[in-house]
Amino acid sequence: MIHDLEVGTAAAVVSEDVYFSPIATLEVPHKAVVYAGDYLNKLSGESVERECRQRMAEGATELIVDFSRTEIVNSIGVSILLGVIDAAKSNGATVAFADVNEGTAELFEMLGVTNHVRLINN
Amino acid sequence: MNDLLNKTAESPKTNGGSKIVHAFGALADLGAEVANRSNFRDTIRTSLHLLLGSLGIMRGGVARYSRFEGELSLAAVRGLGDEFPLAISLTREDERAFLECGTRALEVADARDLTLLSLSGWILEAKDIELIVPLVVHDELLGMLFIGEKASGERYTTHDKDVICAMGRHIGVAISQRNLLTELERKADETRKLYDEMRTTYNDTVRAFAAAIDSKDKYTEGHSTRVGKYTEIIARELAWAEDEIEGASVAGYLHDVGKLTVERKIINAPYKIDAKESKELNRHPAVGYEILMPIHHPYADVPLAAKYHHERLDGRGYPDGLYDREIPYIAKIVNLADSFDAMTTDRPYKRRRSAPDVVEDLRRNSGLQFAPEITSALLRGLLRETSGDSKNRRFRKLLGRDYMETENLTPLLRKTLDEIGTTQAITLSV
Ligand SMILES: [Fe+2]
Ligand SMILES: [Fe+2]
Repeated sequence: MIHDLEVGTAAAVVSEDVYFSPIATLEVPHKAVVYAGDYLNKLSGESVERECRQRMAEGATELIVDFSRTEIVNSIGVSILLGVIDAAKSNGATVAFADVNEGTAELFEMLGVTNHVRLINN
Repeated sequence: MNDLLNKTAESPKTNGGSKIVHAFGALADLGAEVANRSNFRDTIRTSLHLLLGSLGIMRGGVARYSRFEGELSLAAVRGLGDEFPLAISLTREDERAFLECGTRALEVADARDLTLLSLSGWILEAKDIELIVPLVVHDELLGMLFIGEKASGERYTTHDKDVICAMGRHIGVAISQRNLLTELERKADETRKLYDEMRTTYNDTVRAFAAAIDSKDKYTEGHSTRVGKYTEIIARELAWAEDEIEGASVAGYLHDVGKLTVERKIINAPYKIDAKESKELNRHPAVGYEILMPIHHPYADVPLAAKYHHERLDGRGYPDGLYDREIPYIAKIVNLADSFDAMTTDRPYKRRRSAPDVVEDLRRNSGLQFAPEITSALLRGLLRETSGDSKNRRFRKLLGRDYMETENLTPLLRKTLDEIGTTQAITLSV
């Protein structure tokens, strides 16, 4: 289990409720995990993008977007994630998507999203 | 942990069918968004997300066109950077050229060859833009889409452009709806202002008429104005709606308009008038009705109030000797307001009655001349002021402070209200 931690804190444990908010946690400095949850598919999903930008502004150079609690990603979600990728590029950061399910992975490939991010499994 | 999978390397070539399904889903979502959303800004932002996400487009923007300002202004933008202009001027020629194009995806790279487009330099400078799509609905340029590169790095296919145009048409409709709504709101606002002005003019005219009527009768100066105000108080006590109260007060102001045709010497007679003169004076309700009827009043009952304000519940009034339920309700209110003013003002041949006398008179005539619930409404208004229940000083202003401060008036009003509460209106067979 990991806790919400500020940037720069060395170790972290996540609690269940963190999955439902796009709050980032850090495992090691410069690496931020942002939970996509099911926010992505509507306008409120922009908060995920804001959170990523915030983490990068705070010094994170490696962003991991966690999809473990994300069942489906629609077009709005894709657009928001492309915004994350674009922001990371202009900040010199890298982005990886973690625990993406098969259907979503296929969609990312089809749209060329995977040209810009690594997909990783936990 | 960190078990890396490079899906791109392993995956088969993209599936055309899936692409269509995905784009179709985005188009359906966009249709629903345009149909349901009430917040225009959110609709446009969501639409842009749907458009970019449908084909995996890295950046883009939606601009709205104002023909009046000759300008495209950005309504939503993603990833175009700070240098991208927030507003772009279009010449009339540009507008015409875009209208001729219709909603079509134009490659920016080919813009130089599009002789139709005499565009300003911005379009050739916009490095991040690959396509521009004029949004045209019903031969009107409503806006423009700016489309950047695809995440896949591939060029836009004809199919991609079809998807973009289909979505563009939806966004165009959203902008068109918004424009119509704005125009409607502006028109409604104008109409409201016009109506308010007309209402003010109408009410001023009504008051001017009341003053003209009152100027004929030197002994009852301000009578029509006061009847208008008493009528308003009673209607308010009866919990009428605000526009009905306004209508009732107009009926009060104009109830004696027929007196304008009665000879001044009859109205001002300092003696009890004879039968012939009385007949002449008693024509004023019917004459008032004739005067008011052809006028289009905002409140329908104004002429009826003039015609029947001298009728009584017991059928002994004039001009038609109507009974209780035959008398229009507004006329019953004006009748009471009229009588109350007659009782509480000095006349050439008699001084005004004291407040307790007036209350007693109202009690006695309740159910005979006056409708009990209307009498109660008037007495309640009086009680509200004498008991200090209301900060309003409407009666004090009309009757004078001393008149209202008669000893024991408050208990008398309470007692009378109790008694009238049990009085049934007489119902006589016609
Ligand atoms: Fe009268
Ligand atoms: Fe009168």
